[in-house]
Amino acid sequence: MRLVLAVLALLSAVGCATTGDERDPRDPFEGFNRGVYAFNETFDEYIAKPVATGYRKVLHAEIRSRVGNFFANVQDIFIGVNNFLQGKFEQGVNDWARFAFNSTIGLLGIHDVASEMGLEKHNEDFGQTFGRWGVGPGPYLMLPFLSSSTVRDAAGTAIDWTVSPFTEVRPIALRNTLYGVYLVNTRAELLDASRLLEEAALDKYVFQRDAYFQRRQSLIYDGRPPREKLE
Amino acid sequence: MRKILAALSLAVVLLPALAQDPAPDALVKAVTLEVIDLISKDKDIKAGSRAKLVQVIEQKVLPHFNFTAMTALAMGQNWGKASAEQKKQLTQEFKTLLVRTYASALAAYSEQKFDFRPLRAKPSDTDVTVNVRVLQPGAQPVTIDYSMEKTANGWKCYDVMVGGVSLVANYRTEFANTVRNSGIDGLIKDLQKKNASMEKK
Repeated sequence: MRLVLAVLALLSAVGCATTGDERDPRDPFEGFNRGVYAFNETFDEYIAKPVATGYRKVLHAEIRSRVGNFFANVQDIFIGVNNFLQGKFEQGVNDWARFAFNSTIGLLGIHDVASEMGLEKHNEDFGQTFGRWGVGPGPYLMLPFLSSSTVRDAAGTAIDWTVSPFTEVRPIALRNTLYGVYLVNTRAELLDASRLLEEAALDKYVFQRDAYFQRRQSLIYDGRPPREKLE
Repeated sequence: MRKILAALSLAVVLLPALAQDPAPDALVKAVTLEVIDLISKDKDIKAGSRAKLVQVIEQKVLPHFNFTAMTALAMGQNWGKASAEQKKQLTQEFKTLLVRTYASALAAYSEQKFDFRPLRAKPSDTDVTVNVRVLQPGAQPVTIDYSMEKTANGWKCYDVMVGGVSLVANYRTEFANTVRNSGIDGLIKDLQKKNASMEKK
């Protein structure tokens, strides 16, 4: 914990030194956020990305997909809860049915049999539920290790983690192993996306931030946000 | 005679529309499947040749995009301030950048299953969105939405949204920032530099 505080203090110092030249009203802490971003980039370059690349080389795509399915299955429980909280009962039932089928016939979730049965996977979290309830995103936040977020979505993520069944797993060593595998697998799934970002963006920080806002807005409205016509 | 003339002129007006313009959703489906098929059969591309992939996209996909419209949308208000020559250069550089990005995206998705959604639009509509979904096990499908406009030369795409993120809209802030700091020529230079650095990889 002391280490985390020290890192944060260091970052805020870095943040103050680099003030963004143009302020985006959605990103009042841009200087600080860019500091965290630089830290994340360094961490990613030297640790997360090499580990994820190695993981992808060592494990066959089939096995990686099973690992992803295992975690995705457990997440369906709270995806369902969030659908219920947003009044989307049919979708919530769908999510819990997915969990029931995948946990049993799908062997603890490693096979996504529910998708083959036509029960589609959804994407929900507490940040989206708050958004659906009318809570605005608040200022953009670049979180250490976790990357793009906003004040609203960071609060949502805190709840996602608190209620996650994985926090209950004992012994602690097993829980931490699960966390570790989850993070590495998730990073490995994002290798293609991060290369795309690298190729597409003039300023990766800005590109990623704008994409995050668009993506979250789209997710909150399940792919059909009120459309702003570009002119 | 007048009737025949009337019928003839009607036919002249209608025929091109019937003959050359496939419906936008049919167009997207045909082009996507053709490109995916080419990718899966081409030895060079399978071996990782980015140049060959870009070449396929330039031949098969480019004709269906309206890059001037895309660049104008990404530039926003600054488009009106650009000279004709600047507009030409911006469009050229932006096109190169988008083709490269599109090539990478396609390479990443080429082994997935595609689900082409039926078009929800009236026949009289001239501005439609074609929805395609990329299905992947254990994850929510990735949506790809093509915004398309009817032109004299058939349907042309002017924006692509991936997972709800509009490519064109996403460049707006970047472009606006660069223009504010170093002008339109500065933006052209940045795009050229970016493209040159991608060329090397």
